[in-house]
Amino acid sequence: MNFFDKLMKLDRRWVFLFLVVVCVATYMTEFEVPILVEPETQVIFDFVDELEPGEIVLIAIDYDPNNLAELHPMTYAMAEHCWRKKLRIIFTSLSQNGPGMADQAIRDISDSLMQDTEYNGVMYEGREIVSGVDYCFLGYKPYYALVILAMGQDFRLPFPADYYGTPLDSLPMMQGVINYDQVACVVDLSGGNITDAWISYGQGRFGFPLLLGLTGVMTAQYYPFLGSGQVVGIMGGLLGAAQYEKMAGNPGLAMDGMRVQLYAHMVIILFIIMGNVGFFVSRRKQKQAERR
Amino acid sequence: MKRQFPLFLVFIFGLFMVFQYFVPHETSEWVYEFLLDWILVIGIFALALGIWSLYKVSVDKIKTRKANWGYSYVTLFGLFVMILFGFTSQNGDSWGWYFIFVATVMLTIGMVIQAMVSSGQKGLSLILAGVFLVASVLIGMFDNAWSFHFYTAEGLQNSMFRAFFDHILIPILSTMFSLLAFFIASAAYRAFRARNLLASLLLLAALIVMLRFNPYLSPIFGDYMAKTSNWLMNVPNMAAQRAIVIGIGLGIVATALKVILGIERGYMGKG
Repeated sequence: MNFFDKLMKLDRRWVFLFLVVVCVATYMTEFEVPILVEPETQVIFDFVDELEPGEIVLIAIDYDPNNLAELHPMTYAMAEHCWRKKLRIIFTSLSQNGPGMADQAIRDISDSLMQDTEYNGVMYEGREIVSGVDYCFLGYKPYYALVILAMGQDFRLPFPADYYGTPLDSLPMMQGVINYDQVACVVDLSGGNITDAWISYGQGRFGFPLLLGLTGVMTAQYYPFLGSGQVVGIMGGLLGAAQYEKMAGNPGLAMDGMRVQLYAHMVIILFIIMGNVGFFVSRRKQKQAERR
Repeated sequence: MKRQFPLFLVFIFGLFMVFQYFVPHETSEWVYEFLLDWILVIGIFALALGIWSLYKVSVDKIKTRKANWGYSYVTLFGLFVMILFGFTSQNGDSWGWYFIFVATVMLTIGMVIQAMVSSGQKGLSLILAGVFLVASVLIGMFDNAWSFHFYTAEGLQNSMFRAFFDHILIPILSTMFSLLAFFIASAAYRAFRARNLLASLLLLAALIVMLRFNPYLSPIFGDYMAKTSNWLMNVPNMAAQRAIVIGIGLGIVATALKVILGIERGYMGKG
């Protein structure tokens, strides 16, 4: 058995081992990876950046811990950007484990907001983020399509009280906020089918600007909605989050994780190339043997 | 009548929801909101049914000693301990007897389950369950370091509830999902081979899209890689995805019509 035959029959555990070594090595070694910003993410950043202080952004945290690596950095980057700009946020979670994710993100971002930070050359003073004033966390309700439709009538229909049990009517930021008409845009950060419902039942029926943050594998599936104008922009996977962080001038979890992802992808590409080289050489040898 | 009444209800409400979309009248909106409320209430019942179903399946698995039955104890422990954490909350800085209370409640439930699944002597398990129950009730009555919050959301802010979510559930689910990277690498190595024309096209397209995001290659290929990748995403990909979306949409309309007209009756448990 020559080298190429061995390459064709390489035990998959070698692939796993090589990938582990590359992931651990790139994680342990600190270096910066250049991030190229795509227009799909640029429009999302520009849309949020152009909103006036006091405007309301609805961020739907529709993902479970499975998608944490890709989508949690998006939540952190977007929510911090919004709060630094003094926008107000309504959080919802239409996936079962979403409330825990949102709760964790709100706690972490609130902590980092306490410190002064420079964003793209602009100094933002640290401040306390207050529930009911700077944000309202609605929590989870089953049947996401119906919840999206009901919020279009009145947020109080599916959520009479927020996640912490406070009636919506008693929250200062919810005074005069009835439905999507009072919301500047909806940001859906999702790792599943809930995005379809936001497009069909939400944007389709109520016409609000919809910004998407999706896992890498889902991104290609939603390009038709970008082309039709139903979706303003799409952030795809960890790369999308890293692009947002780069534009915001606020390096975080995504830019940190990009060096691991980039080199892991390069390993996968390398294995694909090796597999094909082995395949072609073996096939040629097989044909030569058949001719003899 | 038993079969016709559900069909009648589906016909009436299905038609109403179709026409309501085009009638922006106050009464129509009111009925629509009322129906949305109903569906949410039904959803809550489904949640309770789901919990009961998980409990029943796990207990049956232990009872019949099916493969990996031991893990059902872990499932039941996770289910009940998270419910307990969600309904209790610390009052001050000290936890008092809280963890002994949690342990006694879990042991009570464990002993009851043991009595249910045991085919022989059930007496000892039931006596122990009673003892642990009394102990947990006494701790619950006299320990003021923590309290119950059945109707408020304070339990959701219980540090134990958050700790279990943040430090157990999140790492478990993230780990499961991150394993995909290894399987994708292995599968890509084995399956992504240029065996014929279509496979070669797929391989080429995948390589271009993957390499487009590689910042180290952009100085070599310039804009060509980005432009080709964007064309692949915006033209062939979008065309194919649109065809799929439109196909699914038409399928949904056809299925909805079949359900409203009573042709499709699978939801009643019979074809």
